[in-house]
Amino acid sequence: MTTISHDFKRVFVWEAPVRLFHWINVLAILTLAATGIIIGNPPAIMSGAEATNQYWFGINRYIHFISAYILTFNMLYRMFWSYMGNKYANWKQFFPYNKKGIKNTLFVLKHHVLLQNEKVYDFRKNIIGHNPIAAISYSLLFILMLIQIFTGFGLYADNSTWFFPKLFAWVPSFLGGDMNTRLIHHITTWGFIIFTIIHVYLAMWHDWLEGRGEISSMFGGYKFIRKERLKKEEEKND
Amino acid sequence: MNAAKNKQDTYYESIIKNGFSRRDFMTFTAFMAAYMGYETSSIAQIANALKTTPRLPIIWEHYQECTCCSESFIRTDHPIAANIILDKVSLDYTLTLMAASGHQAEAAKKATMEKYKGEYILCVEGSVPLGEEGVFCCIAGKTALEQLKEAAAGAKAIIAWGSCASNGCVQSSKPNPTNATPIHKIITDKPIIRVPGCPPIGEVMAGVIVHVIAFGKLPELDRQGRPKAFYAKRVHDSCYRRPYFDAGLFVEEFDDENAKKGYCLYKVGCKGPVTYNSCGTMKWNNGVSYPIQSGHGCFGCSEDNFWDNGPIYERLTNVPGFGIEANADKVGMVAAGVVAGAAVGHAIASKMSKRKELKERIVSGKDLEKQVE
Repeated sequence: MTTISHDFKRVFVWEAPVRLFHWINVLAILTLAATGIIIGNPPAIMSGAEATNQYWFGINRYIHFISAYILTFNMLYRMFWSYMGNKYANWKQFFPYNKKGIKNTLFVLKHHVLLQNEKVYDFRKNIIGHNPIAAISYSLLFILMLIQIFTGFGLYADNSTWFFPKLFAWVPSFLGGDMNTRLIHHITTWGFIIFTIIHVYLAMWHDWLEGRGEISSMFGGYKFIRKERLKKEEEKND
Repeated sequence: MNAAKNKQDTYYESIIKNGFSRRDFMTFTAFMAAYMGYETSSIAQIANALKTTPRLPIIWEHYQECTCCSESFIRTDHPIAANIILDKVSLDYTLTLMAASGHQAEAAKKATMEKYKGEYILCVEGSVPLGEEGVFCCIAGKTALEQLKEAAAGAKAIIAWGSCASNGCVQSSKPNPTNATPIHKIITDKPIIRVPGCPPIGEVMAGVIVHVIAFGKLPELDRQGRPKAFYAKRVHDSCYRRPYFDAGLFVEEFDDENAKKGYCLYKVGCKGPVTYNSCGTMKWNNGVSYPIQSGHGCFGCSEDNFWDNGPIYERLTNVPGFGIEANADKVGMVAAGVVAGAAVGHAIASKMSKRKELKERIVSGKDLEKQVE
C-alpha cells in the first residue's frame, strides 16, 4: 500500500432538507415500529382503574397514525427534493443506472461487503455521496415504506373521512381482506428493524474504517475527502 | 314486472291472508327500514312497494353447504320475514323447505324458470365443486355446476348467501379437495350480491331481499359485492367492548379475572378488527347476543378465506412457508438476530482483512498528534 495523503478537505454533501428528512424519518420509523409492536401485542397492564379513566391504548394508536402521516409526507417531500437538491440528493443516485454505477456497485460489493483488499489503494475510488450498495438499500427501504403506507392507510381508511386515507381503501380487498393486509403490514415492520440494524452498523463501519466523518455528516452535512480527489473532480469538470 | 302475466297476490295481500294485522305489517316494514339504515320517510316507500308489487319469484339453490343460512333466515326476529317472504309467498323452489319433492320439485323449478325468465331472483346457498367434473355435489342427476348455470341463465340477479356461496367457506380451505368455488367466480355475467357470514344474520338476509323487492334494484354494494348497509363497518368499531380496547384492558386468558369483567378479547384472537359485519349492532337471535357478548372472540366468519387465516385464539397469524409454529414475530426475531450476528462477524472480519489500512491511519493519526502544539 502506497502512502497516501491524509490531507482532508471539508466538502458539503448533505443539504439541510436531506438531513431533516433523515432525522424525521428516523423518529417516524422508531415511533411507528414501537407503537406498532404494542398494537400487535399489547402488554398486560393490569389496572384497577375504570375503563372510562383510561385511554392509553387509544393514545398509542393515535401516535401511530400521526407518525404514519409524518412518514408519508416526509417521504413525498424527499421525493420532491430528489429533483431540487444537489447531485448527492438526486433520484439518479438511488439506482446503478449506467456502466460507472455498475462498476462502483461491484467495487463496493467486493471491497466493503466481502472485505477484499485493493492491490493498489486508489483513493479515487472513495465514494462521496451514497455508496451504490447503500443507495440500493435505500431504494428497498423506499419500497418497504410504500408497502407500509398502502397497507397501513388501507386498514385505516375505514376510520377516516379525509380523502387521503380513502385513496387507499381499495388495498385490503385487493389483498384478500383486512386479515391478510394486517399480516403483510406486520411482517414488513421487521424489514425496517433489519434495515436499521444494517444501516447503523454500516454507518459506524465507514466512520471507523475510513475516518471521513460518515456519521457526523448526517448532522452537519460535511464529509471529508482527500485533497487529491478534489483535483480530479476539478479536472473532470474542466 | 308484467302484471298481466302474473295475477298473484302482492306481498301485502299475502301477509293479511296469513292472519297478520296491518299493524304487524307496518312494524315489519319499520324494522326492515331501520335495519337497512334508511330514514323514516322510506318506511312508507317500502310499505307501498310491498302493497303494490306482486311477488318476486325466487329459486333457492342448495349446493355444498350446511343449511345454516336457511336456518338463520327462518329465525329472523320478525315472523313476517320468514313466513311471508320465505315460506308462503316467494319461494318457488328450495330443497329444504318446499312441500314438493323429487320430480315434482324439479318440475316446479323448471316452470318458474320458463315462466319468469329474466325476472326471478336466484338465491344460492353453498359453493360449487369444480373438481372431478363436479361429481362431489349432484342434485336430481345433474352436477351443481350444471344446475347453477341453468338457473343463472334466466335470473335477474343472484344472491350468494353465506360464506360458502360468497367465498367458499370451510370446504374451500386448504387443500380444497373438491375445488369448491364461490358463485362469483363461476357466473360473471349477472349482478351478484354477496352476503357472507357463517351464517349471515337473518335480519341482514331479510333486509337484502326486502330491498330488492321494495326498490326493484340491488342494494348499494361495496368493492367486494357486499351490501354496504350491512358490511360497511368493522365488528370492532361497533363493539360494545371497544372502550376496554382503547383503555388497554384485555382478556389475557379465557378463564382469567379480566374475562369475567368482560374486557376486550383482542389478545385472545378476536378478529373483530379485521371483520366487516353487523353483529355489533344487530346482534343475533332477536338481538339477544352475539359471539363477543357471549365471551368468545369474533372469528371473522364473513371474511374471505377465514378458515385459512391462522389460529382462532391468537392475534398473530402463522407465516406461510415457515412451519406450523412460526408466527411473524418469531420469524422476524430470528432474522434480526441473524443480521445482527452477521454484522458482528463482518466487523471482526473487517478488523482482520483491513488491518493494514487501519494501521496506516492510526500511525498517521498518532504522528499528527505529536505535531499538535
